[in-house]
Amino acid sequence: MKISYYVHLSLVLISFGSLAAEMHWKSLSEDGLHDPESPAIELLQQPEEALSQLPPDYAGNKVLWNRALQEGYIEPRTNIYPDTKIEVIELDIVMEKTGEMPMVLFPHRQHTEWLDCSNCHDKIFIEKVDANEINMFTILSGNHCGQCHGAVSFPLTECNRCHSVPRSTFAGKPGVQPKKN
Amino acid sequence: MLIKSLKYSIRNKVFIMLFSLLGICFSIGVSAEYADVVLNQLSDQNDVRPVIFPHWFHRIRFRCKVCHNELGFEMRVGSNQITMGKIIDGKYCGLCHNSQVAWGVENCDLCHSGKPGLQTGIRGSNQTGGPGRW
Repeated sequence: MKISYYVHLSLVLISFGSLAAEMHWKSLSEDGLHDPESPAIELLQQPEEALSQLPPDYAGNKVLWNRALQEGYIEPRTNIYPDTKIEVIELDIVMEKTGEMPMVLFPHRQHTEWLDCSNCHDKIFIEKVDANEINMFTILSGNHCGQCHGAVSFPLTECNRCHSVPRSTFAGKPGVQPKKN
Repeated sequence: MLIKSLKYSIRNKVFIMLFSLLGICFSIGVSAEYADVVLNQLSDQNDVRPVIFPHWFHRIRFRCKVCHNELGFEMRVGSNQITMGKIIDGKYCGLCHNSQVAWGVENCDLCHSGKPGLQTGIRGSNQTGGPGRW
Protein backbone atom coordinates (compact mmCIF):
# COMPACT_ATOMS: atom_id res chain seq x y z
CA MET A 1 0.00 0.00 0.00
CA LYS A 2 1.19 3.50 -0.79
CA ILE A 3 2.17 5.90 1.97
CA SER A 4 -0.59 8.27 0.88
CA TYR A 5 -3.13 5.54 1.62
CA TYR A 6 -1.91 5.32 5.20
CA VAL A 7 -1.86 9.11 5.53
CA HIS A 8 -5.47 9.30 4.44
CA LEU A 9 -6.50 6.39 6.60
CA SER A 10 -4.89 7.90 9.67
CA LEU A 11 -6.49 11.29 8.98
CA VAL A 12 -9.92 9.70 8.80
CA LEU A 13 -9.25 7.67 11.94
CA ILE A 14 -7.99 10.70 13.84
CA SER A 15 -11.09 12.69 12.97
CA PHE A 16 -13.35 9.84 14.03
CA GLY A 17 -11.29 9.40 17.16
CA SER A 18 -11.56 13.02 18.14
CA LEU A 19 -15.28 12.94 17.43
CA ALA A 20 -15.58 9.93 19.69
CA ALA A 21 -13.60 11.78 22.34
CA GLU A 22 -16.47 14.28 22.33
CA MET A 23 -18.43 11.71 24.30
CA HIS A 24 -16.23 12.47 27.27
CA TRP A 25 -16.07 15.76 29.08
CA LYS A 26 -13.18 18.09 28.42
CA SER A 27 -11.00 18.97 31.38
CA LEU A 28 -11.15 22.55 32.62
CA SER A 29 -7.75 23.46 31.22
CA GLU A 30 -8.70 22.16 27.78
CA ASP A 31 -12.22 23.46 27.41
CA GLY A 32 -11.18 26.61 25.58
CA LEU A 33 -12.80 28.80 28.23
CA HIS A 34 -10.86 28.41 31.45
CA ASP A 35 -7.41 29.93 31.58
CA PRO A 36 -5.03 27.01 32.14
CA GLU A 37 -2.78 29.34 34.11
CA SER A 38 -5.51 30.36 36.51
CA PRO A 39 -5.04 29.15 40.10
CA ALA A 40 -8.66 28.03 39.93
CA ILE A 41 -7.81 25.08 37.71
CA GLU A 42 -6.38 23.19 40.70
CA LEU A 43 -9.37 24.02 42.90
CA LEU A 44 -12.46 23.77 40.69
CA GLN A 45 -14.12 20.40 40.19
CA GLN A 46 -13.63 18.78 36.80
CA PRO A 47 -16.95 18.18 34.97
CA GLU A 48 -16.04 14.54 34.43
CA GLU A 49 -15.79 13.87 38.15
CA ALA A 50 -19.40 14.85 38.77
CA LEU A 51 -21.13 14.18 35.47
CA SER A 52 -19.75 10.68 35.00
CA GLN A 53 -21.75 9.62 38.08
CA LEU A 54 -25.07 10.62 36.52
CA PRO A 55 -27.26 8.78 33.97
CA PRO A 56 -25.49 9.30 30.64
CA ASP A 57 -26.85 10.99 27.55
CA TYR A 58 -25.16 11.66 24.23
CA ALA A 59 -26.23 15.31 23.91
CA GLY A 60 -25.77 18.54 25.84
CA ASN A 61 -23.96 17.92 29.11
CA LYS A 62 -24.11 14.21 28.25
CA VAL A 63 -26.36 13.74 31.29
CA LEU A 64 -30.04 12.78 31.42
CA TRP A 65 -30.95 15.45 33.95
CA ASN A 66 -34.59 14.47 34.39
CA ARG A 67 -33.69 10.88 35.04
CA ALA A 68 -30.99 11.98 37.46
CA LEU A 69 -33.66 13.91 39.34
CA GLN A 70 -36.36 11.18 39.25
CA GLU A 71 -34.03 8.43 40.35
CA GLY A 72 -32.42 10.39 43.13
CA TYR A 73 -28.92 10.76 41.72
CA ILE A 74 -29.20 14.45 42.48
CA GLU A 75 -31.35 16.28 45.03
CA PRO A 76 -31.26 19.92 43.95
CA ARG A 77 -32.83 22.39 46.34
CA THR A 78 -36.23 23.76 45.41
CA ASN A 79 -35.90 27.07 47.22
CA ILE A 80 -33.66 29.27 49.32
CA TYR A 81 -36.28 31.47 50.95
CA PRO A 82 -38.66 29.50 53.19
CA ASP A 83 -41.69 31.38 51.86
CA THR A 84 -41.20 30.54 48.20
CA LYS A 85 -44.08 28.50 46.85
CA ILE A 86 -43.20 25.37 44.89
CA GLU A 87 -45.67 24.40 42.19
CA VAL A 88 -45.24 21.16 40.29
CA ILE A 89 -48.23 20.64 38.01
CA GLU A 90 -49.48 17.76 35.90
CA LEU A 91 -50.59 19.29 32.64
CA ASP A 92 -49.73 17.81 29.24
CA ILE A 93 -50.22 19.89 26.13
CA VAL A 94 -50.26 18.32 22.68
CA MET A 95 -49.36 20.69 19.87
CA GLU A 96 -50.54 19.67 16.44
CA LYS A 97 -49.19 22.39 14.12
CA THR A 98 -45.99 20.51 13.42
CA GLY A 99 -46.21 20.03 9.67
CA GLU A 100 -45.03 16.58 8.67
CA MET A 101 -43.38 15.87 12.02
CA PRO A 102 -45.10 13.94 14.80
CA MET A 103 -46.99 16.17 17.21
CA VAL A 104 -45.27 17.72 20.18
CA LEU A 105 -46.10 16.73 23.74
CA PHE A 106 -45.23 19.40 26.27
CA PRO A 107 -45.22 17.97 29.81
CA HIS A 108 -45.61 20.57 32.56
CA ARG A 109 -44.49 18.19 35.30
CA GLN A 110 -40.93 17.70 34.09
CA HIS A 111 -40.58 21.41 33.51
CA THR A 112 -42.18 22.62 36.75
CA GLU A 113 -39.91 20.35 38.74
CA TRP A 114 -37.11 22.67 37.69
CA LEU A 115 -38.77 25.95 36.77
CA ASP A 116 -41.18 28.37 38.33
CA CYS A 117 -44.38 29.36 36.48
CA SER A 118 -43.06 32.92 36.12
CA ASN A 119 -39.95 31.70 34.29
CA CYS A 120 -42.06 31.05 31.19
CA HIS A 121 -45.42 32.76 31.81
CA ASP A 122 -46.15 35.21 30.36
CA LYS A 123 -42.88 36.63 29.04
CA ILE A 124 -41.94 33.62 26.94
CA PHE A 125 -45.26 31.78 26.62
CA ILE A 126 -48.73 33.25 26.96
CA GLU A 127 -50.63 31.06 29.37
CA LYS A 128 -53.23 29.98 26.83
CA VAL A 129 -53.25 27.09 24.36
CA ASP A 130 -52.80 28.24 20.73
CA ALA A 131 -52.05 31.81 21.81
CA ASN A 132 -48.35 31.47 20.96
CA GLU A 133 -46.94 31.56 17.44
CA ILE A 134 -44.40 28.83 18.02
CA ASN A 135 -42.51 27.34 15.11
CA MET A 136 -39.06 25.87 14.59
CA PHE A 137 -37.79 29.20 13.31
CA THR A 138 -38.64 31.04 16.52
CA ILE A 139 -37.25 28.13 18.51
CA LEU A 140 -33.99 28.05 16.58
CA SER A 141 -33.67 31.80 17.05
CA GLY A 142 -33.69 31.37 20.80
CA ASN A 143 -37.32 32.17 21.52
CA HIS A 144 -40.06 30.00 23.04
CA CYS A 145 -38.65 26.54 23.66
CA GLY A 146 -35.32 27.69 22.30
CA GLN A 147 -34.83 29.99 25.27
CA CYS A 148 -33.52 26.98 27.14
CA HIS A 149 -33.33 24.10 24.68
CA GLY A 150 -30.06 24.53 22.88
CA ALA A 151 -28.58 26.60 25.69
CA VAL A 152 -29.10 24.84 28.99
CA SER A 153 -31.35 21.85 28.39
CA PHE A 154 -31.08 19.23 25.68
CA PRO A 155 -30.22 20.68 22.27
CA LEU A 156 -32.54 21.01 19.29
CA THR A 157 -30.93 18.12 17.45
CA GLU A 158 -33.05 15.79 19.59
CA CYS A 159 -36.18 16.07 17.49
CA ASN A 160 -38.15 13.11 18.75
CA ARG A 161 -37.83 14.03 22.41
CA CYS A 162 -40.40 16.73 21.71
CA HIS A 163 -42.00 15.38 18.54
CA SER A 164 -43.13 12.20 20.25
CA VAL A 165 -46.82 11.85 19.39
CA PRO A 166 -47.47 10.15 16.02
CA ARG A 167 -50.69 11.30 14.41
CA SER A 168 -51.56 7.77 13.34
CA THR A 169 -51.77 6.42 16.88
CA PHE A 170 -53.04 9.47 18.75
CA ALA A 171 -56.65 8.94 19.77
CA GLY A 172 -57.29 12.17 21.68
CA LYS A 173 -57.63 15.83 20.79
CA PRO A 174 -54.74 18.30 20.58
CA GLY A 175 -54.37 20.91 23.29
CA VAL A 176 -54.69 20.29 27.00
CA GLN A 177 -54.76 16.58 27.70
CA PRO A 178 -57.13 15.00 30.21
CA LYS A 179 -55.39 14.14 33.45
CA LYS A 180 -54.38 10.52 33.83
CA ASN A 181 -55.65 8.80 36.96
CA MET B 1 -7.78 6.80 -20.06
CA LEU B 2 -4.82 6.75 -17.71
CA ILE B 3 -4.96 10.53 -17.28
CA LYS B 4 -8.71 10.50 -16.54
CA SER B 5 -8.41 7.83 -13.85
CA LEU B 6 -5.45 9.72 -12.37
CA LYS B 7 -7.56 12.90 -12.15
CA TYR B 8 -10.36 11.02 -10.34
CA SER B 9 -8.00 9.40 -7.88
CA ILE B 10 -6.49 12.81 -7.07
CA ARG B 11 -9.95 14.30 -6.67
CA ASN B 12 -11.01 11.53 -4.33
CA LYS B 13 -7.88 11.94 -2.24
CA VAL B 14 -8.49 15.69 -1.98
CA PHE B 15 -12.06 15.04 -0.82
CA ILE B 16 -10.92 12.56 1.80
CA MET B 17 -8.33 15.01 3.08
CA LEU B 18 -10.81 17.88 3.18
CA PHE B 19 -13.46 15.87 5.02
CA SER B 20 -10.92 14.57 7.51
CA LEU B 21 -9.70 18.08 8.16
CA LEU B 22 -13.27 19.25 8.63
CA GLY B 23 -13.88 16.40 11.03
CA ILE B 24 -10.83 17.34 13.07
CA CYS B 25 -11.72 21.03 13.02
CA PHE B 26 -15.27 20.42 14.19
CA SER B 27 -14.24 18.16 17.00
CA ILE B 28 -11.60 20.56 18.30
CA GLY B 29 -13.58 23.74 17.70
CA VAL B 30 -16.60 22.73 19.75
CA SER B 31 -15.25 22.56 23.29
CA ALA B 32 -16.44 24.02 26.58
CA GLU B 33 -18.91 22.34 28.83
CA TYR B 34 -22.49 22.70 27.62
CA ALA B 35 -24.27 25.68 29.16
CA ASP B 36 -21.13 27.32 30.55
CA VAL B 37 -21.72 31.06 30.66
CA VAL B 38 -18.91 33.55 30.01
CA LEU B 39 -19.46 36.91 31.69
CA ASN B 40 -17.11 39.54 30.41
CA GLN B 41 -19.01 42.80 30.43
CA LEU B 42 -16.74 44.40 33.02
CA SER B 43 -13.89 41.97 33.72
CA ASP B 44 -11.57 42.81 30.84
CA GLN B 45 -11.86 46.52 31.52
CA ASN B 46 -10.86 45.91 35.13
CA ASP B 47 -7.91 43.65 34.35
CA VAL B 48 -9.38 40.51 35.83
CA ARG B 49 -10.10 37.25 34.08
CA PRO B 50 -13.67 36.93 32.81
CA VAL B 51 -16.13 34.90 34.87
CA ILE B 52 -17.08 31.37 33.88
CA PHE B 53 -20.39 30.27 35.36
CA PRO B 54 -20.89 26.49 35.07
CA HIS B 55 -24.57 25.53 34.92
CA TRP B 56 -23.84 21.83 35.44
CA PHE B 57 -22.26 22.31 38.85
CA HIS B 58 -25.14 24.44 40.07
CA ARG B 59 -27.82 22.29 38.49
CA ILE B 60 -26.79 19.33 40.61
CA ARG B 61 -27.45 21.42 43.72
CA PHE B 62 -30.28 23.81 42.80
CA ARG B 63 -33.34 23.76 40.59
CA CYS B 64 -33.59 26.43 37.90
CA LYS B 65 -36.30 28.25 39.84
CA VAL B 66 -33.95 29.11 42.72
CA CYS B 67 -31.69 31.39 40.69
CA HIS B 68 -34.07 32.32 37.95
CA ASN B 69 -36.98 33.12 40.23
CA GLU B 70 -35.76 33.78 43.76
CA LEU B 71 -32.39 35.30 42.98
CA GLY B 72 -33.67 37.34 40.06
CA PHE B 73 -31.31 36.19 37.31
CA GLU B 74 -32.80 36.89 33.88
CA MET B 75 -32.64 33.85 31.59
CA ARG B 76 -30.61 35.63 28.97
CA VAL B 77 -26.86 36.13 29.09
CA GLY B 78 -25.90 39.74 29.32
CA SER B 79 -29.24 40.99 30.62
CA ASN B 80 -28.16 40.97 34.23
CA GLN B 81 -26.17 43.98 35.35
CA ILE B 82 -23.97 42.17 37.80
CA THR B 83 -21.21 44.05 39.56
CA MET B 84 -18.93 43.17 42.46
CA GLY B 85 -20.69 45.83 44.50
CA LYS B 86 -24.04 44.10 44.10
CA ILE B 87 -22.52 40.70 44.81
CA ILE B 88 -20.90 41.92 48.02
CA ASP B 89 -24.26 43.44 48.96
CA GLY B 90 -25.78 40.00 48.76
CA LYS B 91 -27.48 40.25 45.40
CA TYR B 92 -27.17 37.84 42.45
CA CYS B 93 -24.27 35.45 43.08
CA GLY B 94 -23.75 37.06 46.47
CA LEU B 95 -26.99 35.61 47.81
CA CYS B 96 -25.25 32.25 48.10
CA HIS B 97 -21.57 33.04 47.74
CA ASN B 98 -21.43 34.66 51.14
CA SER B 99 -19.50 32.06 53.15
CA GLN B 100 -22.82 30.71 54.42
CA VAL B 101 -24.67 28.93 51.63
CA ALA B 102 -21.49 28.60 49.57
CA TRP B 103 -17.93 29.90 49.70
CA GLY B 104 -17.41 33.61 49.97
CA VAL B 105 -16.61 36.37 47.61
CA GLU B 106 -12.94 36.67 48.60
CA ASN B 107 -12.18 33.64 46.38
CA CYS B 108 -11.76 35.79 43.28
CA ASP B 109 -10.08 33.21 41.09
CA LEU B 110 -12.78 30.58 41.49
CA CYS B 111 -15.20 32.68 39.44
CA HIS B 112 -12.75 34.82 37.49
CA SER B 113 -11.15 31.83 35.82
CA GLY B 114 -11.62 32.49 32.13
CA LYS B 115 -9.17 33.33 29.38
CA PRO B 116 -8.85 37.09 28.95
CA GLY B 117 -10.73 38.45 25.98
CA LEU B 118 -13.51 35.85 25.85
CA GLN B 119 -16.81 37.12 24.56
CA THR B 120 -19.82 37.20 26.87
CA GLY B 121 -22.22 34.44 25.97
CA ILE B 122 -23.44 30.94 26.73
CA ARG B 123 -21.20 28.20 25.42
CA GLY B 124 -21.03 24.62 24.54
CA SER B 125 -24.09 24.28 22.34
CA ASN B 126 -22.19 21.42 20.92
CA GLN B 127 -24.67 20.25 18.37
CA THR B 128 -26.86 23.18 17.53
CA GLY B 129 -24.70 25.45 15.50
CA GLY B 130 -27.60 27.40 14.07
CA PRO B 131 -28.97 30.79 15.01
CA GLY B 132 -30.06 29.32 18.32
CA ARG B 133 -26.52 29.68 19.57
CA TRP B 134 -26.21 33.04 21.33
